[in-house]
Amino acid sequence: MPELKRTPLYDLHTSLGAKIVPFAGYEMPVQYGLGVLKEHLWTRQHAGLFDVSHMGQVRLVPEGSVADAALALETLVPVDVLGLKEGRQRYALFTDDEGGILDDLMVANRGDHLFVVVNAACKDDDIAHMQAGLGGPVSVEPVTDRGLLALQGPEAEAALARLVQGVGHMRFMDVATFDWEGAELWISRSGYTGEDGFEISVPEGRTVGLAEALLAMDEVEAIGLGARDSLRLEAGMCLYGHDIDRTTSPVEAALEWAIQKVRRRGGDRAGGFPGADPILQELETGASRRRVGLLPDGRAPMREGTELFAGDTRIGSVTSGGFAPSLERPVSMGYVSTDHAATGTGVEAEVRGKRLPATVADLPFRPSTYKR
Amino acid sequence: MKYTEDHEWLRVDGDVVVVGITEHAAEQLGDVVFIELPETETQVAKGDDIVVIESVKAASDIAAPVDGEIVEVNVDLADNPGLVNEDPLGAAWFFKMKVTDMEQLDTFMSEDEYKDMIG
Repeated sequence: MPELKRTPLYDLHTSLGAKIVPFAGYEMPVQYGLGVLKEHLWTRQHAGLFDVSHMGQVRLVPEGSVADAALALETLVPVDVLGLKEGRQRYALFTDDEGGILDDLMVANRGDHLFVVVNAACKDDDIAHMQAGLGGPVSVEPVTDRGLLALQGPEAEAALARLVQGVGHMRFMDVATFDWEGAELWISRSGYTGEDGFEISVPEGRTVGLAEALLAMDEVEAIGLGARDSLRLEAGMCLYGHDIDRTTSPVEAALEWAIQKVRRRGGDRAGGFPGADPILQELETGASRRRVGLLPDGRAPMREGTELFAGDTRIGSVTSGGFAPSLERPVSMGYVSTDHAATGTGVEAEVRGKRLPATVADLPFRPSTYKR
Repeated sequence: MKYTEDHEWLRVDGDVVVVGITEHAAEQLGDVVFIELPETETQVAKGDDIVVIESVKAASDIAAPVDGEIVEVNVDLADNPGLVNEDPLGAAWFFKMKVTDMEQLDTFMSEDEYKDMIG
């Protein structure tokens, strides 16, 4: 087994009493002293600071204009990258030739280049994929000398604005460069919790200092991967490798909204990405199964792998599930055959050999609070 | 109070034992969010998984520490599973069982022995 890597914040995590677990090749904090439940609720009420430095930061630098990089990236994603204005960010998917999902990512137009953030577990493959796919005129440059922090929650803006003037003017999915005491910060107003908040790329040597400056504020607490998972589950967001992977298509995963019209049939730049034929076909015909929210009728959590039934017929399975602290109840998401995917449909879940009722529900479970 | 290697505590009260989990176990589990208890009047054998306890992290089972019959379960836990984190040695007892053979209790640890085990 390869040695686990550490982020610039490792020593800070242990000094804060974090419980460290292996995650995507890194030693990461799963929880701190508050515990998962209180960390989750703290983020919803105040501001939570997450170390996401394990994620892959990559610059796509064109020889010419940023439009060249956008058009090159469009050969790998079913997303309108060319139409992404300077200073804006959007969600994207790397697809494969069969129409499955290789990874999900964020792509930002930073004026003279694109900046992408990919999942930690996929980053080596993603970088190789982009190097192979984007070719000569676009240079794929992994950013290995920067940490990445996420500050999330209703008090995130007030906290960050104390250090960095002007972030309050950003809207959801804006990206911009700021100075913090001589350090160049690449900030986006986005996150993985359903809350308003920011993701902050910071030079490696200043990551600890920025984290400490934020944690010194009354409204900011350090939050681990455990609460990050329950927060994103309530927000209805996919976790790559669980809710989406190579065996799930964008339409099955209910991610059609990520495929803009211009890349669909009849659009100016229709197709031209891996798996375009099956994906564009499925956009018109629908898929035979669909990712949905599931609300267990009882109190027992229905976790990943739980099989779902309608009578004697197996109709799908749970891909993420657990207790939702803000809703004070268990929630799950998973795939069901399309004829059972309508909101309000009753299904049965097999938990420890017993069939327990659950109801198909809309995602997200909890409305997002973005500053649009 | 006696302790098992599975981090259960047992308090003997005549021919009945009260069973819960230790503070150490509750800490390891994290915030408990769901508990499924056995039916009363069930005959159980030592080692049978009779309680399901789910925390924010994962599901775990709790086994019957000895042979016997479940005579009472703590119904408060179903409504308030967080009691396990708040008061594991007191209010968050799980079940009471009538023990078939009290000698089965002899192998369990004292508090000092248990503390040595968890270090």
